[in-house]
Parts: sequence; C-alpha cells; structure tokens
Amino acid sequence: MSENKTGAYICQGCGLGERLDTSQLVTIATRDGKANVAKEHEFLCSAEGVKMIQDDIDNEGVNKVVIAACSRRAKTDAFRFDDVAMSRANLREGVIWVRPDTDEARETTQEMADDYVRMACAEVKHMKLPESSGEQSLNRHLMVVGGGISGLTSAIEAAKAGYKVDLVEKSGELGGQVGKLYKSVPRKNGLQGYVDSEIGELIEAVNANDNITIHLNTTVAGTEGAPGRFKAELATESGSTSSIEIGAIVQATGFRRYDINQLDNLGGGKSPDVVDQMGFEELAKAANGGTIKRPSDGKEVSNVVFVQCAGQRSNEPGHLNYCSGHCCTTSIKQAMYVRDAGGDATVLFDDLRTPGATGEDFYRAGQEKGVAFSKGKCTSVDTSGDLKVNFKDLILDEDATANADMVVLATGMVPASGPNPYLQLELDEAKNQEGQEEKVVKLEAELAKAPDSILNLSYRQGTDVPHLKNGFTDSHFICFPYETRRTGIYTAGPVRRPMDTSQAIEDATGATMKAIQACENAAQGRAAHPRSGDLSFPSFRKEGCTQCKRCTVECPFGAIDEDEKGYPQYNEARCRRCGTCMGACPVRVISFENYSVETVGQQLKNVDIPDEFDEKPRILVLACENDAYPALDMAGMNREEISPWARIIPVRCLGSVNTIWITDALNSGYDGVMLMGCQKGDNYQCHFVKGSEMAHYRMSKIDDTLKTLNLEKERVQTYEVSIADIQRIPKLINDMDKMIVDEIGMSPFKF
Amino acid sequence: MSNLNQAMIEKYRSSFLNEVEANVEEGHWVKMCMQCGVCSGSCPLGPHWEHPPQELFMMIRANEREAVLKSDSMWMCTSCYNCIARCPRGLPITHIMHGLATYAKRLNLVPKKQPTAEFGQMFWDSLSKNGRVNELKIGVGLYFKDGFAQGVKNAMAGRELGMAMMKTQRMNAMEYFGGHKCKDTSGIQKMLKKAQEFEDQQITRFDGKEG
Repeated sequence: MSENKTGAYICQGCGLGERLDTSQLVTIATRDGKANVAKEHEFLCSAEGVKMIQDDIDNEGVNKVVIAACSRRAKTDAFRFDDVAMSRANLREGVIWVRPDTDEARETTQEMADDYVRMACAEVKHMKLPESSGEQSLNRHLMVVGGGISGLTSAIEAAKAGYKVDLVEKSGELGGQVGKLYKSVPRKNGLQGYVDSEIGELIEAVNANDNITIHLNTTVAGTEGAPGRFKAELATESGSTSSIEIGAIVQATGFRRYDINQLDNLGGGKSPDVVDQMGFEELAKAANGGTIKRPSDGKEVSNVVFVQCAGQRSNEPGHLNYCSGHCCTTSIKQAMYVRDAGGDATVLFDDLRTPGATGEDFYRAGQEKGVAFSKGKCTSVDTSGDLKVNFKDLILDEDATANADMVVLATGMVPASGPNPYLQLELDEAKNQEGQEEKVVKLEAELAKAPDSILNLSYRQGTDVPHLKNGFTDSHFICFPYETRRTGIYTAGPVRRPMDTSQAIEDATGATMKAIQACENAAQGRAAHPRSGDLSFPSFRKEGCTQCKRCTVECPFGAIDEDEKGYPQYNEARCRRCGTCMGACPVRVISFENYSVETVGQQLKNVDIPDEFDEKPRILVLACENDAYPALDMAGMNREEISPWARIIPVRCLGSVNTIWITDALNSGYDGVMLMGCQKGDNYQCHFVKGSEMAHYRMSKIDDTLKTLNLEKERVQTYEVSIADIQRIPKLINDMDKMIVDEIGMSPFKF
Repeated sequence: MSNLNQAMIEKYRSSFLNEVEANVEEGHWVKMCMQCGVCSGSCPLGPHWEHPPQELFMMIRANEREAVLKSDSMWMCTSCYNCIARCPRGLPITHIMHGLATYAKRLNLVPKKQPTAEFGQMFWDSLSKNGRVNELKIGVGLYFKDGFAQGVKNAMAGRELGMAMMKTQRMNAMEYFGGHKCKDTSGIQKMLKKAQEFEDQQITRFDGKEG
C-alpha cells in the first residue's frame, strides 16, 4: 500500500439527515479528519450508495474508508469492501437514537456526531490491511488421543471427511470403558430396554479404514507447534518412538472411576459385594445373561439395591459436587439385568434424571419390568452380616432398611484430564518469591497427586489443556461448546464434562468438526472462535521489547511461547486475537494490523475536549465488542437516553485495554473513564476467558496513576456487564455524568 | 370375609405391590408412578387426605399393607379427574383410588363410620332392592346415620329446602313409604345376583383355592 487515501462517507438515511447537519460532518471529515474524499448520501447502504463508495475505491484510489452511518454491527453485508481498511462511525445507534429530538439537545447531539466522525477518521488512518502470516499450510491430518467411544467416533468421522487420523491409545485394545459394558442403553426407542453395544462394529470400521492409523500401547511424549503445524512424538510401551505432523488434535481421554474406598460408610471397600457400576458391568458380562454371581461367595444374587448419587452431588470432602448425568440411566439398565434374570432390583434415588431422547422411555421400560424405585437417601450400608441398606424414605419421611445380596453404588465420573498446567507455573513463580514457603509446600503436594501429562505440550503455559471446573477441560459449558483454552486442541467426551455414551458420540462428532475447521482456518491464517475469520494477528517491535514476559504469561490461550532469548513468539494459528497481550505490554510494542495502541489512542485523542468553563464534560467509555457494545446498540434501538458527554469506543476485549489509554485520556482532559467488560471469575462470561479478569486486575492498580495526576479515583471505573444490561449500561453512563457534574467536578486537565 | 384378608396376606407376604397389581382394578399401574407429586398437588381435597395418591403409591411399594388398606384416604376421592388429567405418566389415578377402596371393602378393612363407604352401602342397598335409587330414603338415611337426635337437627336445618321442593313437586313425601320401582325388579335382582356370582368366583380365585 504505497499511498493512503481516505474516503469518508456520511449517510443521511434513517433520520440522520434530519437530526444532524451532515454537511458539517463532511467539513469535519475533511478539515479535522484529513479525509481526501468526503461525501454525503441520502441512503448509503442502498445499491447506489455502495456503488458510490466502490467507484471511489476503484477509480480514485481510496484505500481507507470511513462509513459514518449505523453501528458497525449493522449492514455488514452492504458495507463489505475487499482490500480496504474500514472504520465505522456509529451515528445512528450511538448518537441520534440515544438522544432526544429536541431543540435544546440539537447542539450536543451534533457535537457527538462530529466527534465520532473525527474518531473514525483517526482510527482508519492507523489501520492496516491484515494479511495472513502464511506460517502454516493446509495439513488435513488429525491426532486423536484415546481409543474409547469418543475417540473412535472422532477418528471415523474425520476419516469420512477425508482427513487422515492417527489414533493413539494407551492400552492394548480399543473400546475404552464402553467396551467393558455388557449391554448398552439404546440411542433410539428407549422402550425396548437395553440393546447390544455398537462398539464392536465401530472398532471394526476403524480398523478397516485406510485413513486411520492405530497406535496401541502408545502415549504422546511431546507436542509442539500450532494448529496446521503440530508435531507430536509418539512413544510406544516397548520404547520405540515415532513422530507425526498433524493439523489439529482431539483429546478424548474419557474418565476415571471414582475410588469407592472413599465411600466406606456406604460399604465401599468393606465388602466385595458392594461394587460400583463398572464393577457390576463386569459381573454382568461374566454372567452373560445368566444370574449374576456375587464376588464374596459366588452366590447367585436375587436382590440388588442400587444407590444413586453415591459420593456425588455432595459437598462433603472427597465427594464430587457435580452430577455425572448417566448414572440413573445406567442403574436402570443394570436393574433390568437383575430383573431379567429373575431377581429383585431396587433403585434408591433422590432425584431420578434420565437425560437424552430415550431416557424417559427407558425409565418406563425399567418400571414395566418391575424394577422398584424408592425415593430415599441412603444413610449407610451395613456390611457386618448380610448386606443391609439403611435409608431415609423421602416420601414417607421415615427411616427404612432394605436387605440386599449386593449393593451397587452409582459413583461419578472423574475426568481423565492431564494435570492443571498452571500448577507448575505457579510453583515456579512461588519458588522465586520470598515468603511463599507455605504456598510452595501446598502446590508441591497438589502436583504430587496430579496425573501424568497427556499431551506433553511444549507450551510456555504448561503441558496440558487447562481445566475449567473439577478438572474438566472445558472452556465454557454453554457459550462455546467444544472449545478448549488451547486453540486447535479439542476435547470430547467425559473429559470435557460428564456424559453418557450417546452424548459422547455427539460430542466427539462436534469436536472433530471443530478440529477440521481449525486445520482449514490455520491454513488461511484465519482466527478460530470467537473472532472467526479474523486475519489480523499480533506482532511486536523487537527493539522496544524488554522481555518482561507479561504477554506470554497473561495470554488466556497459552498462544505465546518464548524464544531462547525470552522474546515472545506469537504462533498466529494459536492466537484468538483478543489483544490481551497488547493490553498487558508495558512498553506498548504489541499491535495488530487493524487494532493497536494507536488505533484506539488516536480515537480518544481526536475527541474535541471543550474548555472547563463550557460545562461539557467528556466521558470515555471503552466497551467490550462482544457484550457491552451490542447492549449499547440495543439501548439505542430501545431509545434509551445516554448522556451526550459519553464517547464510546469498542474494544476487542477488555483485556486488550492498555493502561496508557486511561493515562492519555485523563491527560487530555476527559472527566471520566468507564471500562465495560464481561463477567469475570469462576462463572465468567468473557469470550476470551481471562480478558475481563486481567482488565479488572490492571485497573485496580490505576489508583497510583490517578494519585500522581492528583485526580479523584472515582474518575476511572471498571464494570462487569452482560449483553442483557440494556437499561443498566445507559444508567451507569448517566450516573457517571451526574457524579461528575454534581460531586467531583470537571477535570483540571483541559487545555 | 376376614379370612380372605388373611389368605391374601399369606399369598403376597413379600410384596403388597404384587398383591395390588393382581387384585386391584388398574393396580398394575402403581409401579409406573415416578413420584413427581403432581397428583397430590392437583387434588382439590388433597389437604384433607391423610395420604395423598403419591404417598399411597409409595406406601404400596414400601409394603405398608395395613396402613394403605385401612386408610380412609382413597375414600376421599371425589372423582374430579384432575390427577388423571395432569399425571405426566398417564396413570389412571382416580380409578386406582376406587380400585383400592373396593378392594379394602372386599377385605372388610374399611374404617368404621367412613361416610363415603356408608353412603355407598345405602346407595347399593336401595338400588339392589328396587332396581332404582330412592332419593328420599337415602336422604333421610343420611340425615339419621349419626343417631336420632342428630337426624332431627339435620332435618330441621334442611326443612326450608325440603318444603320448597315439595311445593314445586320436586319431592314427594309418600315416596318414603315404598316408593316406585323399576318395571322388572326381579329381573334386575337376577342380573345382580349373577354379577355377584362372578364376583364371588373372582374372590375365590384371589383366595388361591381356584385358578
């Protein structure tokens, strides 16, 4: 791009022409915004209006476009121009729809529009056209770790899509836990009762598929690279190693059985006749349709009690605090085994839940077969003589006892994830600090209990996929299914969250599709979720870098490694483009082509700051583009009134907010600064996991800056907002306005 | 009939649920209850029942035979059908309640002075004698079911209504003395007798003596 030529296009449609002096906006764009071309149009998003812009791009050499019309979230299809940088001034949702149409308000409304045009012109001037780095080419090859139902499904689905698959299984055979089941819960028509497992056919299909290479007795000794260019070292039990190159990874490592010895009050570990569900499956498989024989004395069992929620859905120490989702259905299935062999079976439940399309019918089928269901809470299992299950009947509100030949405890799923990658990092950090001995001991103890690494990633931020809750490797249960916090590595099945067989099959299919998408995106240099398709990626000015490592530590996705000298390596394909690194950088050397310290910094500096005595304060609002900015747009649609002093700049994530913007804003005479991001903490809603949290943490340190400037700390506020806060966000802004006018007064920094 | 009760106890020693399934009308549905409690919540008389339907079903499963059969709960059902309309599992709860009541009556376990049971008996006696129900007799019978003094009190309380009904010829005092019958009383009685024979056969089958 040799010569920059900016074109500013101002729309008069949707009432803009009546409410604003658009010819003045044209003057502003040319005079203040230094636009080479500035035009008005009565209906900019019409074919005619778009053609006017396109003609200028084609004939006049315009390569930077300012659209002063509606929100950047509206009319995106109309205003899509190839190979030009574009900035949108939000005059509709952001100005005329949030201001009253009165004569008194006309002046301030016009001032708002003037500023947004200045800001858009300033932004586009510093934007470059993003291009793919070309760091990786298309590698249509996946590695699937785990040969259970999820891994097998993933492998076969990828192979069907024409991808090559390396299937890595630690044990000597495929099938995993599902392979150990006697019968399955049907995926269709629950009323038919249990059915034969489909796992045998699936294993055959995988074995027969030419696209799939199976590695048994193999673990992953090391993984490095990024989506599109991962390299994995596979180590077999016999000691031989091999290396594969893959585009993306699906981790389907399933679950571990909860240790029933921890449930000694329920007889776990005290009697061989008290087993968990997997233990009962083994017995059922051995009996193969005949009467199940109990382990202690080989007696044929005629009376089995199933205790639901054993050691789960409980906050007692050592228990799992979640529901594993499949256990009620599994117990019904196993109770049917007993009934079909002529015995009695009682399911002792508190809340019976049979999720899935077939669940409810399967429950009915169990009742039809005469499985007894008692709503009660098991208090203890007496193993001293014949087994006795003591329980509180929750309907009749009385204590009761049931005799049993065998007791089956429905224990929960423990995710077979790798160690929490951040533990080691925390330990290293604690060791380097004084007075952290206690923490070191605690972390070392925790690490000693941690499982072996599964992927052995050579990432700066640890060896495995981070955990979300309770060791499950999810990213966000609701908003981003399948995503993890490591781009290009997808987890599927019970390692991601507790689930049954049919859910695992569905989950594996979804994860495989995401993995394929990751390969294809990486080849084109495009970002994955949530900034899907974004070509920009962070780069840094090496001369300015102090190797402080804040970007490599704070990246929520562990995308950034360090080279041997401690300089960051960005790994474009691992990056989600949130800009948290840019917000972290104390020397401000990190930038994206179309989003940088300058693009935002210049916007806020180009706002016209009136004299202190004009009594027109200025409030800078940095709003997260994922939730806060759409909520503001919706506030406009609902005609919620917003203070005329607010100037709103969307940011990719609150994590990308560099404190220099706050300092600059205060130095330029803004009276207040508001940061609006998503909910942080354990139940975070931040699209980039930690961005909002990082921003809140950084802003908690801004008080020193305010003190040196001799400013009140109320002038800078950080908020957690949600997309539904359509009334609340305007109120927050208006409250800030009120506080400035009524309480703390104007900033003294207006020049 | 009380030896029938004893016979049932011995036959189904281990499972009252099986007994209900075999002997109570619609009793095979009891095992399908999923204990959601919608029936109990829907019953307009629910607060007056000692054991609402959900609890009765749980008691059946918990082998609490005596408590169920001697309970007056199922006699409280007014057949409003709210529970049937709302049961997510489609259990014919009203019918099961009547089935349980009938079964308790057969086993002679109905609580003494249970008003619904007493009314039922009066209704039945009147019907089986004349082939139709004599409303006046039933009404008077109900007035005096708790003794003469209470009967007079009841009658005095309802006298205005009674006079009004006589005035408009909705009630004829002479009905009390005989009243009119259906055309073929003996035919009806024969039919009822035959039905009773079938019922008795049922009961002997329950007894385990015949198949």
